[in-house]
Amino acid sequence: MHRKPRLQGRPLWNVPSDEIYGQGHLACPGCGAAISMRLALKALGRRTIIVLPACCFSVIDGPFPCSAAGVPVLHCAFETAGASAAGVRAALAARGDDETLVMAWAGDGGTYDIGFQALSAAAERNEDILFVCYDNEAYMNTGIQRSGATPMSAWTATTPAYPGKAEPKKDLAAIMIAHRIPYFATACPTYVDDFLMKFRKARAMRGFRMIHVFSPCAPGWQVAEAETIALGHLAVRARVFPLLEAEEGGRVRRLNVDPPPLPVADYLRRQGRFKHLKDGDVKAVQAEVDRRWEELTARCERPARLDGRAPRKWRLPSFERLQGPRRLV
Amino acid sequence: MPRRELLTGNEAVAHAVALADAKVIGIYPITPQTTIIEKICDLAAKKVFQPRIIHVESEHSAMATVIAASYTGVRAFTATSAQGLALMHELLHWAGGGRLPVVLANVNRAMAPGWSIWTDQNDSLSQRDTGWMQFYCESAQEVLDSLLLAFRVSERVMIPSMVVLDAFVLSHTSEPVEMPDAETVAEFLPEYRAPFRLDVEKPCSFGALLRPQHYQEIRVQLQDAMEAAVAEIEASDELWKKLTGRGWGVVAGYRTEDADILFVTSATVASTARAVADRLREEGIKVGVVKVRVFRPFPFAAIRRALAGRRLAVVFDRNISYGHHGIFAQEIKSALYGVSGAPPLACFVGGLGGRDVTRETIETTLRSALAKSNGRLFAWI
Repeated sequence: MHRKPRLQGRPLWNVPSDEIYGQGHLACPGCGAAISMRLALKALGRRTIIVLPACCFSVIDGPFPCSAAGVPVLHCAFETAGASAAGVRAALAARGDDETLVMAWAGDGGTYDIGFQALSAAAERNEDILFVCYDNEAYMNTGIQRSGATPMSAWTATTPAYPGKAEPKKDLAAIMIAHRIPYFATACPTYVDDFLMKFRKARAMRGFRMIHVFSPCAPGWQVAEAETIALGHLAVRARVFPLLEAEEGGRVRRLNVDPPPLPVADYLRRQGRFKHLKDGDVKAVQAEVDRRWEELTARCERPARLDGRAPRKWRLPSFERLQGPRRLV
Repeated sequence: MPRRELLTGNEAVAHAVALADAKVIGIYPITPQTTIIEKICDLAAKKVFQPRIIHVESEHSAMATVIAASYTGVRAFTATSAQGLALMHELLHWAGGGRLPVVLANVNRAMAPGWSIWTDQNDSLSQRDTGWMQFYCESAQEVLDSLLLAFRVSERVMIPSMVVLDAFVLSHTSEPVEMPDAETVAEFLPEYRAPFRLDVEKPCSFGALLRPQHYQEIRVQLQDAMEAAVAEIEASDELWKKLTGRGWGVVAGYRTEDADILFVTSATVASTARAVADRLREEGIKVGVVKVRVFRPFPFAAIRRALAGRRLAVVFDRNISYGHHGIFAQEIKSALYGVSGAPPLACFVGGLGGRDVTRETIETTLRSALAKSNGRLFAWI
């Protein structure tokens, strides 16, 4: 039977129409981070200040004197997103402004690696900021070099030899939840409702909030530009990128989407960065993904409908129809 | 009658920051700076002033927070020493290039390895080219006054300032300090009104990519502002003198009017040098002392006025640029290039890593320079 594919089974009528970000930005076509920024600002509104460490967005936002953002942007040094956002927040407070949200918007390098010290310290101090990591799983702005967020077996320009990166991806969720912060969430721009809900929730809270955004990168992952949304689906459904929330310092943990799992091969085989993988390598990745899923979701509440009825049976959207033919670049 | 208090150099820093009513302060401990941030926290706890204090995890983050706060339009301050200042280096460029009136107190401490907590000037002088003004202080009173002056001048020319004091010799030594009253400070240092800031009502981006056609233009503006800052420092110093009776100058002379030989130095060594000048004058050797107080912007005109026409100048540096020699000596030479009546310079480097610079040390430099009549280019002492 032919069914019109729907995202999480609901139409997108609660996406605000205000376009705060996007006019004339310089992102590559299909950039997951650009879609995420557009959605994030729709949820956060115009009383937001963006703090940008060195990352793709240093370029995407535009060179002097241009900016694609409808809100103020502070470009800061690579390793300082956490500290810089704290400084802006403190100065706003000194000016009597407790309302404006300060959002650090960092790539995975500025979060997992060089930015980690300032991030961890800002989380420990419970700074009243929102820290977003848009994770494209390598240093993409400098041309696809390995980062602490690069997954096991991925090809990058600095892990060119078979079988790609030897080590698994750093477990950001576990690390940040261990900081006992008021709010930690993962989000994926494919799951628009969930994405907006998390940014709205973060906007309404105080203290240190963090959202880890899955951000496909067409040139870096060697996929077609049109694959971004499909890869989001596959990453969530293959349990590579679980959508979850942790509140009250990790006391409340919730898994937002819990569909029947797809094999991780379905996710890997769509991407050029994994094309060298042999079946054994895929098995190793599957084992790592399974282990990570067990650890991360063991203490999570499972998704349930608010009215107490059993969750609706998952209908799996057809990617081939939604996204057009599969194509590796 | 202004109040007098017994303060260490570091306590004078903290009191000056409270008088300036800094709004955001990033703090991280390092010997011998630590008592500055302790005193600031103490003054804040006693509600002498009410800053937002950010207890960061490194000096790099301390500078990042005050840069961000300054971009948001408030007066911001931090303090450090040696390794901490070196760790901040990247962000010193950020504050200078961003034209932010951030003020930093640096307690001069020798750079490792091996570990040293004692004074020399290599930490701050290594930051020469970051677009910061630098003030070298000799007494706790000068520290307090210089900090207020630094805030005022920085906010008028939009260039950050570094106020520098010697480890222990000044940072931990107590001296009577005259405290200006709130009205005097308010007249000298009005509330900071940022010419630009992060504001959701007027969204702007700061620090975005600068293409080649713009980058140099913005650096030309910084250089112009730095050159104009000398006059601004002198005018602010004059105003402070009018208000409190104390002026420090950009270059301070002692018994220089009839001096044949000038001993040129900076910071606390100048105090000792004055005692030496007095002693040698008893022997009929006409020695004067010139203290260089402002290192950036370099006071070319004042240096030329002070040195031209003398028989000999002995420059004493508590720092070294390896492969060249003392850093103040280099700068003074560059100021004297092509100036008629420029004296020969005898350049000495000593006192590194906190080695005592005594009256005997200074006397030795003067006597050995005199013995060689026109001096030796460079010597250790």
